[in-house]
Amino acid sequence: MAKKILSKEEVLHLAKLANIILTEDEVVLYQTQLSNIIGYVEKLNSITTENIEPVAQLTELINVSRDDETSDEQSLSQNEALQNTQATKEGYIKVKAVFDE
Amino acid sequence: MNNAMELNYLSIKEALNGLKSKAFSAVELTQACLKQIKLWDKKIGAFLTVDEDQALKSAKKTDALIHESTDIFDAKPLLGIPMGVKDLFSTIDLKTTAGSKIIEDYVPPFDATVIRKYKDAGAIVLGKTNEDAWGHGSSGENSDFGPTRNPYNLERVPGGSSSGSGAAVASGECLFATGTDTGSSVRLPAAFCNLVGLKPTYGRVSRYGVIAMASSFDTIGHMTHTVYDNAKVLEITAGNDPLDATSSPLGVPKYISSLGEQIKGLRIGIPREYFVEGIDLRIKDLTMKAVGVLEKLGAEVKQISLPHTDVAMACYYILVPAEVSSNLARFDGIRYGGLREMFGAEAKRRIMLGTYTLSSGYYDAYYLKAAKVRRLIKEDFENAFSSVDVIIAPSSPTLPFKIGEKANDPLQMYLSDIFLCPINIAGVPSLNVPCGFIEGLPVGMQIIGPHFKEELLYKVGYKFEQETEFYKMKPKL
Repeated sequence: MAKKILSKEEVLHLAKLANIILTEDEVVLYQTQLSNIIGYVEKLNSITTENIEPVAQLTELINVSRDDETSDEQSLSQNEALQNTQATKEGYIKVKAVFDE
Repeated sequence: MNNAMELNYLSIKEALNGLKSKAFSAVELTQACLKQIKLWDKKIGAFLTVDEDQALKSAKKTDALIHESTDIFDAKPLLGIPMGVKDLFSTIDLKTTAGSKIIEDYVPPFDATVIRKYKDAGAIVLGKTNEDAWGHGSSGENSDFGPTRNPYNLERVPGGSSSGSGAAVASGECLFATGTDTGSSVRLPAAFCNLVGLKPTYGRVSRYGVIAMASSFDTIGHMTHTVYDNAKVLEITAGNDPLDATSSPLGVPKYISSLGEQIKGLRIGIPREYFVEGIDLRIKDLTMKAVGVLEKLGAEVKQISLPHTDVAMACYYILVPAEVSSNLARFDGIRYGGLREMFGAEAKRRIMLGTYTLSSGYYDAYYLKAAKVRRLIKEDFENAFSSVDVIIAPSSPTLPFKIGEKANDPLQMYLSDIFLCPINIAGVPSLNVPCGFIEGLPVGMQIIGPHFKEELLYKVGYKFEQETEFYKMKPKL
């Protein structure tokens, strides 16, 4: 069975989708490693799955809901929510500008 | 008279008896564990964070409570028991890193549900244990903070991803520890470290507050020296949680009450697909010897088939990285943590693999296909359980391997989970129990049961353990 090798462009495309920056060496490394793994998982093509329902929820729970109310137990104060944020200003999270001036 | 050096190797049951009878204090017990950590952890690398001050504070409070009345043990069944917490579990005001440099300074503003349950039960958190970063790994070598070593042989891996937890309990640094099991991560370290390790049924224990790896696979487990201890801990952690919509609404049995029940007529299934080429023949023999012990105790053994075993790994390595890539998207370096470039090699690999199989044009061929194969694998187990009560299989095809031996071949590393992953695909519960030693290295076997039948696993495990007593072995540190 011909093994598909991911191209550099494909790896870079994946990195972009995943918002990860790769070094030159990493691109080459992942080309091989990902291709090997993808080659391996293509084993699944040998299994017939016509009319098989995919598994979405393992233990068959349906419509688990709660009342639409806030709870102190599940809420964080503004300080708690920001306590691990590097860049804040006046209680807001600072991010890079999206729009140019 | 209790030598302080021995208190840290007590079982939970023995420790509770000792605390109740005031043979020693909670402070002495905690100090014995802290002392062991100071003596050995530089070599073993089981703990990332040790919270000595808080642990001793809690121990002092515990002694005050016990002094008032020993009735407190009814309300707090794990009172005074020192434990390790895998660093994947959110612990309020205590650094939680998931074994990754990305959140190396992250301090959660809340406790995971199970942590709250452990604290309410009176357990004493000694600190956070090392792990393969984000749960990605089967050896303990993928931690961004250095590998953990197997206390039974420091040149070898303790198994992962709950590597620190396994090594910590085995080396007497704590009496029990938490773990998560998504594809191996409680059972493999338990097997490699001579411990009883539970992967509960998916949804049996709340996942709230535990950093997510693969949301339809993650289970919240724990490792102990004995089956009794393990059952007692599950009584604390199991149960519905309104904060986890996937947690089961089923009531929680008194797991320790089934211990000691006879196993005459119990039907054990041995899956033929688990005893094929690639498994260390000595492990095969040891496992069959263990099954022989159960037969002598009255069980009936028959061969069964789990026909889709050979595609389970492929199924796993499509679904899990896909869910991983989704769960790790939240680490954006904005609200918390560092930049995504800081992800280690294994995390990056899984994120990209997941991104690939979920991306437009590939979703049907990979993710959807795997989700269908998942149903077939799940049905394999359900069908098997119509003719047997439990399934027994080795936990690992190999002995604990040498550190570095598999590091360069990710696919080789993935295959060490070949007996473990199918269980997570199906969501069934599995208990690793020690079943012997080869070359001085621990070997474990899995007792696998139908969904939500943990009491059955404990019943079988207990009978086996009482007959063989492998928990009495300790590493020669």
